[in-house]
Amino acid sequence: MNIGLFLAAAVIAGTPLLFATLGGILNEKVGHLNLGVEGMMLMGAIIGFMLGFKTDNAFIALAGAMAAGALGALIYAVLTISFHANQVVTGLALTIFGTGFSSFLGQSMVGQIVSNKLKASFAPVRVPLLADIPVIGEAVFNQSSFVYLGYVSAIILFIYFAYTQWGLNARMVGENPAAADAAGIAVNLYKYTHIVIGGAFCGLGGAFLPLVYVPAWQDGITAGRGWIAVALIIFIGWNPMKAILGGVLFGGLDILGLRLQGAGVHINQYFVDMVPYIVTILVLVIGGFHKGSKASPPKALGNAYFREER
Amino acid sequence: MNQTVAVELKGITKTFGTVVANEKVNLTVQKGEIHALLGENGAGKSTLVNMLSGLYSPDGGYIYIRGKRVQLTSPKQAIEYGIGMVHQHFKLVESFTAKENIIAGKRDTWFTTHKHIEDKILSLCEKYDLKVELSKRVEDMSVGEKQMLEIIKVLYQGADILILDEPTAVLTPQEVERLFNIIRKMKEQDCAVILITHKLHEVMAICDKVSVLRRGENVATVKIAETTPTQLVELMVGRPTDLAIQNYKVAFGEPIYKVNNLTVKDKENVSVLDQVSFVMNTGEILGVAGVAGSGQKELCEALCGTSKISSGELIFKEQHLEGKSPREIYNRGIHIGFVPEDRLGMGLVGNMGIVDNLLLKEYYIQQGLLVNRKGLKDKANNLIHTLEVKTPGIDHPVKQLSGGNIQKVLIGRELALSPDVLVTSYPVRGLDIGAAYQIYDLLNKEKQKGVSILFVGEDLDVLMQISDRILVLCDGKVTGLVNAREITKEALGLMMAGHVQEEGGDYSGNKSYKNA
Amino acid sequence: MGIKVIKTPECSKRKKVWIQMGAILAALVITSLFIMAIGHNPFKVYFSMLEGALGTPYRLKETLVKVIPLLITALGIAVAFKMKFWNIGAEGQILMGAFGASYMALNFDYLPKVVVLTMMIIAGMICGGLWGLIPGYLKAQFNTNETIITLMMNYIALKWIIYLQYGPWKDPSSLGFPKVANFKDSATLPNVFGVHIGWILALILVIIIYIFLNHTKKGYEITVLGESENTARYAGIHVKNVILIAIFISGALAGLSGMIEASAVSNTLNMEVAGGMGYSAIIVAWLSGLSAPIIAIVAVLFAVLIQGGAYIQTAFQIPQSAADIIQAMILFCVLGSQFFIQYKIVFYKYTLHSEKGGHTI
Repeated sequence: MNIGLFLAAAVIAGTPLLFATLGGILNEKVGHLNLGVEGMMLMGAIIGFMLGFKTDNAFIALAGAMAAGALGALIYAVLTISFHANQVVTGLALTIFGTGFSSFLGQSMVGQIVSNKLKASFAPVRVPLLADIPVIGEAVFNQSSFVYLGYVSAIILFIYFAYTQWGLNARMVGENPAAADAAGIAVNLYKYTHIVIGGAFCGLGGAFLPLVYVPAWQDGITAGRGWIAVALIIFIGWNPMKAILGGVLFGGLDILGLRLQGAGVHINQYFVDMVPYIVTILVLVIGGFHKGSKASPPKALGNAYFREER
Repeated sequence: MNQTVAVELKGITKTFGTVVANEKVNLTVQKGEIHALLGENGAGKSTLVNMLSGLYSPDGGYIYIRGKRVQLTSPKQAIEYGIGMVHQHFKLVESFTAKENIIAGKRDTWFTTHKHIEDKILSLCEKYDLKVELSKRVEDMSVGEKQMLEIIKVLYQGADILILDEPTAVLTPQEVERLFNIIRKMKEQDCAVILITHKLHEVMAICDKVSVLRRGENVATVKIAETTPTQLVELMVGRPTDLAIQNYKVAFGEPIYKVNNLTVKDKENVSVLDQVSFVMNTGEILGVAGVAGSGQKELCEALCGTSKISSGELIFKEQHLEGKSPREIYNRGIHIGFVPEDRLGMGLVGNMGIVDNLLLKEYYIQQGLLVNRKGLKDKANNLIHTLEVKTPGIDHPVKQLSGGNIQKVLIGRELALSPDVLVTSYPVRGLDIGAAYQIYDLLNKEKQKGVSILFVGEDLDVLMQISDRILVLCDGKVTGLVNAREITKEALGLMMAGHVQEEGGDYSGNKSYKNA
Repeated sequence: MGIKVIKTPECSKRKKVWIQMGAILAALVITSLFIMAIGHNPFKVYFSMLEGALGTPYRLKETLVKVIPLLITALGIAVAFKMKFWNIGAEGQILMGAFGASYMALNFDYLPKVVVLTMMIIAGMICGGLWGLIPGYLKAQFNTNETIITLMMNYIALKWIIYLQYGPWKDPSSLGFPKVANFKDSATLPNVFGVHIGWILALILVIIIYIFLNHTKKGYEITVLGESENTARYAGIHVKNVILIAIFISGALAGLSGMIEASAVSNTLNMEVAGGMGYSAIIVAWLSGLSAPIIAIVAVLFAVLIQGGAYIQTAFQIPQSAADIIQAMILFCVLGSQFFIQYKIVFYKYTLHSEKGGHTI
């Protein structure tokens, strides 16, 4: 098995996970556990695919995917922020909605293939110099611009949370909304914007699948990747930078079994498929030993905040 | 309008549901003035200042800041008008550094790495004689440091109208003095300071003026120079009141519960109680003094068996109780009542009624697999009757009762078990004066019956009056065990700050103790 | 004039019911718009959904068959949720229950029917219960977040079942088609009044769980623990034991559903045995306010929705996924309506001045 080729495939398989993870991080950093990632991905996937299929325009497809994901997130945001609905149940409802939404709209699209023109828009672009790095260069820096968008987004989000005033404010909202409120931070505004933008990222992650990865429409195309993203967020400790590596790692696991079989090594794909979930459980258990480490979840994750509580 | 006026409130009214928290309150605070807001718990002090800090919006009335009429709909706006509030429960993020906490919410730079941010904070600290380590995380800070950080945060936001909500409740007398110096510095800088408190001596010591709130109304604003503590109490309570707490001398008590070298460690294996030894006597109230978080909670829980101890002995009349669960202790016929600090989060179930809360201590004594609520209805009615609990019904969720009534339900249940030892943690916190005195009376009655009582308190004046002896804790260690009659507040303060009482404590009897 | 939101102290039962009804009505209105947009008459569609679910004795039976696992699983979830243990793992617990039952069915089907079925029920409940016990133990021991762990365990269980279906348990006589062998008659639950006996089990369980949660000591302990762990410790409740017992019961009931589905419905083990039932049951339990009798009612309504959704596909060529959308819409509306149970919106007047806006004058 060629390591470079495998790595390149892992990067591609990891890209939808990367986008969805970034979207999830945006949600969780402001204190909202959103189990609707899978649903938002599916919404983005179908809208992105339909627009791409009809217009052959990559920008319209991506903008549509982001809008669809953001719409799903908006429903979640209204219910959990303004109406104080339970985050877990609302997230599950959003996943049900997204699944129904995508298979409803996608009914007539099943089996349709992305046109060559659109495929060309997402064709690999070689980054000079960087692509010449041995082993990883080709795999990481000779990819679709869609993949690069993922790297760039992760880096921007990392800088945003670590070094900017708004990022600090957002983190404060997720850690202690009452303190953020007292410090003059518009808590609900931060929550709404981050959750909705997070939804847009999930939409992009979903759209990557029918536009680049497959590239055609299948029903239920995300196949549980949204849940892997929920796991990945914990695995990488809410750090957008590490999401790039985490995405490649979990993406690699996604394709490992089949590749190994191709190489004559007999390892069962179904067991390999379990690895991301088992690893996440282990991360949670080990994280339970030493509290207060940098990779601990936002304190107010999952709690509603309402100012005039009396 | 007079330019020296910082804040003026006119006819401020606020209701929560059917409860009127503030009724037509008028208040004027000048620049360079330290203005006390005095009142009992529930008098509406916090509600009033929360409207000034933008957390609540008033139902009626005007707010003027420096002569301008304003509507404050969010803390953000209040901050823009230079109003800063140091909350009683600190609004800090535990996992953030001091610097991150200070600059959160600011909007003047894009990036948080600018050098001038730190310079600005440090020059501010110099101006007001404050100290802070910018890279220290809040979770590693002492209560005093956290409060200092809160003050810096508020000043950094540009506040010159400062509201301090019960800032001294968690401090030692020495820390209080330091805080007062900072407040005086603020006054020199022409800030307006509003100090919320219910401690009279503090009002007399530092303030220029005092406004007294009673049942949501401002009953009087007077200059400190023209008033006396007695007059202020009368204004607060609405009738002449004798503040002295009755202390009954009880015939010499017998040792009943011995604690030897008790050590408790937390999850990180840090000792929260370290080699604590003392003895509790029958017919005695043993006060426990200490800065919040000195190990009081762990001590109470260890005595009752609700949390594990690492080493040491707990001996109740020859019987070893270490490592025993509350039920094992009960099954040996030893009754230890426990009134924890967190009433709704530990002592009671807020969403349940009185009956189901009585069940909490009874169900496991009942026969069979099912719970029996029948007999408890009478008990509940009895409790309501004897302790004058005001509730719409015995099944009404207790969390909706007032603080005093909640505490009566809790203490009533514990007393109904006729305890040999009663452990109480901050039993009057948050109660108004009337309810607090009812609780003191109840405890004194139990003491006269011969019950051995542990009283963890924060108000040293109260502790010195109600207790027979006082145990002082600092960082989980005993720094003094003294006779409550003969000790001074200053000496207690030193022990709370870690100065060990010079004369070794003899904990077996009631002989007189001298402080260092 | 101003508007503010305040917390209402108590909400009468009648008002609660009205609010929920209003939410469902709102959902139906929104969905109607959606149905009209795709060119159908919403009344006809709703009517035929009812018809499709309840119209003939056969369809009624089919709907009842859907109610049974939903109801039993939701009862189990209610036990965990009562303790504020967010067990999202019913899906996996159903699968593992089905796995345990199938093991018995495939290996001991030569025994008498009563024995085989009893073994299947016990194995199903133990496997489901143990699968729940893992996150329960991790929670009790390390205080890990059970929401995520139970979720992850669903996928591990699913992959395990797929592995069995495609691997070691593949029926050699199925000519390479990846399926587990059908159960023999001795491993199939008998029918009573035309519907498999699971409905009797479900009804009995409604009563048992009701009594368990409201009138037993363990039920009381679970409720106290759900309200506050500190209070539970204070009262001398053995917190870890209670967590483990409650989550075992929760998982065991899900496992029982898995056994019933494998035995009476699919007649074999396959990866569709749970088919999202574990997630739907969470919603049923939540919407019912964790009360056993109400869970029974809501489970029926949900089954009608699912069954009716399947029917409109044939009647109107509306994709079955439309039912998912309707289901989600109802959920969104009901979730949003909970707000009005806890809070109310009041209009009020300023007593001194009446103008709005403008920070300074």
